[in-house]
Amino acid sequence: MNAVNTPTRGVAVGPTARRPLRARAGTAVPHVILLTYVVVACGPIALIVMNAFKSRQAIFDEPFAIPTPDTFDVSGFQTVFERAQFELYFLNSFIVTVSTIFLVLLLGSMAAFALAEYRFAGITALSLYMALGIMIPIRLGTVGILDLMVRIGLVNSLFGLVLVYTAMGLPLAVFVLTMFFKQVPGDLKDAARIDGASEYRVYRIAAPLVRPGLAAIGVYTMLPIWNDLWFPLILTPGESARTVTLGAQLFLGQFVTDWNAVLAVLTLAALPMMALFIIFSRQFIRGLTSGAIK
Amino acid sequence: MSRLRDSVPPDEVGTTTVATGADAVATPPAAPPRRRRFRTHLLVFIAPAAAIYTVFMVYPLLDSLRLSMFAPSDGGQVFVGFDNFVHLLTDDLLASAFWNAVWNNLVFFAVHFFVQNPIGLLLAALLAGPALKGRATYQALLFIPTTLSVVIVGFIWQLIISPIWGFVDTPLLGQSSTALVTLALMSVWQYIGIPMILFYAVLISIPDELTEAARVDGAGGWSTFWRVKFPLLLPTVGVVSVVTYVANMNAFDLIYTVKGALAGPDFASDIMGTFFFRTFFGFQLQEGSSTMGATVATMMFLLILAGVLLYFYGWQRRVESYQL
Repeated sequence: MNAVNTPTRGVAVGPTARRPLRARAGTAVPHVILLTYVVVACGPIALIVMNAFKSRQAIFDEPFAIPTPDTFDVSGFQTVFERAQFELYFLNSFIVTVSTIFLVLLLGSMAAFALAEYRFAGITALSLYMALGIMIPIRLGTVGILDLMVRIGLVNSLFGLVLVYTAMGLPLAVFVLTMFFKQVPGDLKDAARIDGASEYRVYRIAAPLVRPGLAAIGVYTMLPIWNDLWFPLILTPGESARTVTLGAQLFLGQFVTDWNAVLAVLTLAALPMMALFIIFSRQFIRGLTSGAIK
Repeated sequence: MSRLRDSVPPDEVGTTTVATGADAVATPPAAPPRRRRFRTHLLVFIAPAAAIYTVFMVYPLLDSLRLSMFAPSDGGQVFVGFDNFVHLLTDDLLASAFWNAVWNNLVFFAVHFFVQNPIGLLLAALLAGPALKGRATYQALLFIPTTLSVVIVGFIWQLIISPIWGFVDTPLLGQSSTALVTLALMSVWQYIGIPMILFYAVLISIPDELTEAARVDGAGGWSTFWRVKFPLLLPTVGVVSVVTYVANMNAFDLIYTVKGALAGPDFASDIMGTFFFRTFFGFQLQEGSSTMGATVATMMFLLILAGVLLYFYGWQRRVESYQL
């Protein structure tokens, strides 16, 4: 830590920090840099959310001011709910994301359990085959996917999206969970088997022990799906199966000049994931960190 | 790969002995040779994942590869070999658009590489510092942009740097000279949390003995970081970069949201993703074509493959990994 601060110690510390001991400056510098970057990271979002609740006049006159009773205005939100079915879009996104996470975690952990637990002919080839999908972006197969969806009649269907996203999430899930399953103590599984447990039962005993891996994969799977624009744009452009991201994109395109409405949509679309993230941020970060170390 | 292979044999031993024990309990005297028995549970565990992955990912990818060798004809499709690729690379209009997209995409990646690594590293190093107060809060706040959808990020920045609002006077997104770099920086702003967390994970896993030993040997804080910690971070810099490269090579959402499928001004922000989208679905005067779309997708695959191979042979083999 000191490594980074030492040379800048005298330079970056403002007059406020000069009075205390020099050692205290060493602990202040990281905070100064981190806080500056927090402003860079969160400032723009705060600016958008704040201005979404202000009148058009106030948005342009005093963009940095917090909404006051004088400038408070939610006409943007009214426009949004009158002109677009955001409740439906939210529901669609929710259904797609939750179903996909469920399938990826269930099917991924089952396959990972088998790959970690048993020895059989072709296991190396199968592991490699499943792992290939980690590096190859599924978007490259879009032409084939659209073709397939048209043939099996899953265009404009949430189920079609779930299948594509599940296929997209499985390779990493299988790869990471296999490593987690290998660390489950063998004695535990052996004990269960000696007690007459079936292999399915052994899986159900082992699965809760890889919870950190499941959490990490859940996070990895959730964000790109909720936020994806590509597949909703191509597979479910219709109104009934529209997701929040696509709904917001189309709405924003139409109402570019209505700043109140634009700010309102941005706030609406950003808040759920942000709220979820803020509530579970510790688990989120821990999951990502432990996933990274694997 | 080697990791997989190394760790399999012990499992094999464990499973075999145990399974024999279980069998012995169930059917004591005449247990059939275990290797012959078909293990149904194996199929139950693996088949669903393998099937969905194969049908909805592998098959469409292979089908796209196949389609890149075909051309539409009388409602059907005929095999044309590499004609589509020749057309893509030699047709005046198409070839210049293609190379423009490739070049822009490389610039887009270069901005990521040169901006996200230093900033991510600095933030991670600060976060991993001993006795930092409010570490979890910082991490959470710095990670927030990553949780947003690209569509939202695109519009947030579009509003903020819009001359209408007046924070910035130059139309950064409207000039060909600045549009692409501005878009790339928006993307870096959003995803900086990922390299930050990955670097952070490595830094906190470095045992104290290592840094202590360096200190005992007389190294100051600065040289401890560069001589001890930084070499341990290099493999992660490689991983972050190759993952970013792959993500950049099929990026689309941000450019489409901010500049539309035409990736203006005058294709200055056109990257492979938007070029692929236009080729596949068509735009304005150009008619969409699934076979040419598949051809562009195949070229994207080759570009990604080239980058990944470059990483494996040019970086990973030269950078030493240490087991901590």
